[in-house]
Amino acid sequence: MTNTEQDQINAEIARVHAATAAAGPLPVHPLRDFGPYRSSALRHPTHELVRADPEEIELVSPAFGHTDVAPEESDLTIQHSGEPLGERIIVTGRVLDGEGRPVRNQLVEVWQANSAGRYVHKRDQHPAPLDPNFTGVGRAITGDDGSYRFVTIKPGPYPWKNHRNAWRPAHIHFSLFGSQFTQRLVTQMYFPSDPLFALDPIYQSIVDPAARQRLIATYDHDVSEPEWALGYRWDIVLTGSKATWMEPEEGEHA
Amino acid sequence: MPERNESGTEGDAQYLQTPSQTVGPFFGYALPYDGGPEVVAPWHPDAIRFHGTVFDGAGAPVPDAILEVWGAGADGRPIDERGSLHRDGFTVTGFGRAAVDRAGHYSFTTVRPGAPAPGRAPCLLVTVFARGLLHHLFTRAYFDDDPFLATVPEDRRGTLLAVQDGERSYRFDIRLQGDGETVFLDFIGDGRG
Repeated sequence: MTNTEQDQINAEIARVHAATAAAGPLPVHPLRDFGPYRSSALRHPTHELVRADPEEIELVSPAFGHTDVAPEESDLTIQHSGEPLGERIIVTGRVLDGEGRPVRNQLVEVWQANSAGRYVHKRDQHPAPLDPNFTGVGRAITGDDGSYRFVTIKPGPYPWKNHRNAWRPAHIHFSLFGSQFTQRLVTQMYFPSDPLFALDPIYQSIVDPAARQRLIATYDHDVSEPEWALGYRWDIVLTGSKATWMEPEEGEHA
Repeated sequence: MPERNESGTEGDAQYLQTPSQTVGPFFGYALPYDGGPEVVAPWHPDAIRFHGTVFDGAGAPVPDAILEVWGAGADGRPIDERGSLHRDGFTVTGFGRAAVDRAGHYSFTTVRPGAPAPGRAPCLLVTVFARGLLHHLFTRAYFDDDPFLATVPEDRRGTLLAVQDGERSYRFDIRLQGDGETVFLDFIGDGRG
């Protein structure tokens, strides 16, 4: 499998994108069955999902608060005795629902590779250095305006074995809870102008180019701090079942 | 027809859903946390074990999935208690998170939720994340027959039932694909959940 060349992956991506566009409106989320991402082959359901009206419990989320997360957990550069290596950055933004209302007092979790593209994970065998001063895990609770803010190090791109010479664009993993559990989201934030975007089957699993764009943070000079760190802004929107509910047409849902 | 991505106007464009991406293979040092699988302490008099194995389309266990459960309290109502991350050993919050082990097995201790309404069966919402899964999957583990199950094709209904396999122990295996594929749920109405 890893003998597959990038050219072939690119051709597969183009083929799936064209077929999806021909089939109707482009979905916002990735295709779970996305051949160019080899690991999806045996891990996507083949039956259509079954439509379910959310129960009361599914329309609320667990309550998190400052008892769960300490304020310093949002600074990934102060977790060890020394400063981590790499480009210090600030990543900030707001978590909003489909009407633009802030998602307040909710848990945001992030994890990422270090500046050399290495994760503190025993299965990461990429021969790049670990940084004794960087773990790459952060948590925050959103404020009343839905805002979060992390101080961290810009992660490096890293190789993986999907195909020959496969590299992931630099990214930060995000885990988010909305005001309803149906809004639960795990995703990845990317950095502007990454040359690997077009080549990455995980990023390209989102067929809609406008939706893909929404995963890319914006450089924001107002967030940057002089003599200290560059700033990126990234807002996250979690639409729930209420925000997007439409009367199902006869026979539309399996 | 769902049109979340093309509802056109400038105003809406600001609040379009952020797409999902896979949890990837390297969440193990980040998402699991001490006490995550213990929605209640194992010694709690009402504690049950809720466990199972996650399988892929070849019938092989998935060794790098992570699951979350979210359930009502014993009275059937949502719980509004903090402390899901920092367990105090007493408070039941209803939320739990467990990574599977190398054999694809997960295990929670929790309380059997109460029924949400008369004539309804108690259930847990189960969310599955894994490498290779680009967008999480929702399913429900029912502890009894429920009217919702009648809307599911009969031959697949059983995949939504937690099976009692011991005193205060319930088994809920998850098959991502193929024979006995678990019924996964779409709460949004776009066919993708």
